[in-house]
Amino acid sequence: MNSVVRLQQVSRHFGKVRAVIDLDLELAPGEVLGLLGHNGAGKSTTMKMILGVLAASSGQVEVLGENPRGRAAGQLRLKLGYLPENVSFYDNLSGQEVLRYFSRLKRIPVATADHLLERVGLGHAAKRRVRTYSKGMRQRLGLAQALLGEPKLLLLDEPTVGLDPIATRDVYDMIDELRATGTSVILSSHVLAGVERHLDRVAILANGRLQANGTIDELRRQADLPLRIRARTGGVNGTINERLAALGLEARPVRDDLIELEAPAGRKLDIMRALLADEDVTDVSVDSPSLESLYTHFNRLADVAEDQHA
Amino acid sequence: MREIGIVAAKEFRDGLRNRWVLATTLAFAVLAIALAWFGAAAAGQVGFTRISTTIVSLASLAVFLIPLIALMMAYDSIVGEDEKGTLLLLMTYPISRVGLLVGKFLGHAAMLALSTALGFGIAALVIGLVAEEAAFADLVGPFSLFIGSAILLGWAFLALAYLISTITREKARAAGLALLAWFVLVLIYDLALLGLLVGTEGRVDQGLFQVLLLINPTDVFRLVNLTGFEEAAAASGMLSVVAEQEFSVGRLMGILAAWTVVPLAAAAGLFAARKS
Repeated sequence: MNSVVRLQQVSRHFGKVRAVIDLDLELAPGEVLGLLGHNGAGKSTTMKMILGVLAASSGQVEVLGENPRGRAAGQLRLKLGYLPENVSFYDNLSGQEVLRYFSRLKRIPVATADHLLERVGLGHAAKRRVRTYSKGMRQRLGLAQALLGEPKLLLLDEPTVGLDPIATRDVYDMIDELRATGTSVILSSHVLAGVERHLDRVAILANGRLQANGTIDELRRQADLPLRIRARTGGVNGTINERLAALGLEARPVRDDLIELEAPAGRKLDIMRALLADEDVTDVSVDSPSLESLYTHFNRLADVAEDQHA
Repeated sequence: MREIGIVAAKEFRDGLRNRWVLATTLAFAVLAIALAWFGAAAAGQVGFTRISTTIVSLASLAVFLIPLIALMMAYDSIVGEDEKGTLLLLMTYPISRVGLLVGKFLGHAAMLALSTALGFGIAALVIGLVAEEAAFADLVGPFSLFIGSAILLGWAFLALAYLISTITREKARAAGLALLAWFVLVLIYDLALLGLLVGTEGRVDQGLFQVLLLINPTDVFRLVNLTGFEEAAAASGMLSVVAEQEFSVGRLMGILAAWTVVPLAAAAGLFAARKS
């Protein structure tokens, strides 16, 4: 049992709608995988198949070496944690009562539930009814619920949607902590800003198909998107343009004292040397393609592929 | 099995918490006492008259009220969890769909049984204490039968509510269906039977008519509580058609119990077969 999750040629249809098509995906212990895609790309369906709530139409799903819909499913479920996309819990119960209910069902001492409530920062609101909770507090409660029983695999469906920046950071901090303890995490999201640092690997789904799968650096290489380099110069003179022209590049002025150019990632150091050799240059910044632009790139490829199919 | 107990306990505590149990207990008690006192008003008397009069008027009231309460209590039991998103979450826990359904049903059934027994029990106690004509010894039998059949009637409609809750995907739809079921089984059905009798000038096959009466839980409940008394003839109208043939109470209670088991089993089967 090397992989925590192994999907082989997994497809799922809902009538004529093909939600997931021939998906191959693996997750190693302690790995944090970002499952990215538009609404309806197949992220939630994939998660539900891993959880065993949905059966795959075809292909093989294996979680911790077991079939999640097989005989050992009951035992397996004790080792999984899940935070659904939209869950509003029981409004009439207090946060503590909700979490204790779920902990009993997961055969965990209620004291652990109370401790978890403290850990996600809801200790002060434990006795308050969930009805009075803010969106962020509900999400924390959901997270505490997912963490019950120290799961080996955690599936978080859009955990940061609708959260303010501080609550979002808390969620990511929690993921970092879990990764350190060897928990595998699958995190789906379409909020891309800031998530990059917390992911080991990214899988991009579009129209049910896996478009890209790898570390962010691998995806950058694969996509081969240009770097964006900006340089601030003390005064306007032609020497920089000459140096860049020698490399076969051309910069465009953004302001009087700022130029910008796009260049292939492989030439980064050449360009840096050229820029740094110029005494007029006072500042240089290099932007690698962001997760957002990678995401856009791979989705655009998917659309092109889809058009060719049609 | 343990999971079923956990779910049932939660459901029961929710019922105590949101005062379902308190409200229905009080409603039953107050109505029963009021009926005991004013039940004979039509005959020009006020005050407790006879146990049979009281039971007959109580049964006429309960047959409207209990199905409504049971349906309203549980129509959203499954579809509500579905809408909240907790159903999806629970399905990732070590509990099966059938376990969840049975657990919730047991919780609701306990709530309903408790408030029915308490409410009407309190009423019987008050009547026994206050009314000089009524001796406890005379009250215990009819009231026990009444309470027992009322609980079974409530469970039958709870089971129906669960069936409605599993076949619908929206709460509003489930509420509509629950009201429709109440309307049809409690109000329309007897009118239709009466229409049938009048329309055919009574030339309906006796056997068929009996079956038609016995497949509606509300009529079975009426039969249990009305046929034992002389007043039944006056109060039950066409029930007397059947009442001529004695039905054993055991058999009638059996039919009510079947009305609990069959819809619940259907609900469990449909729920377990759900694909998502």
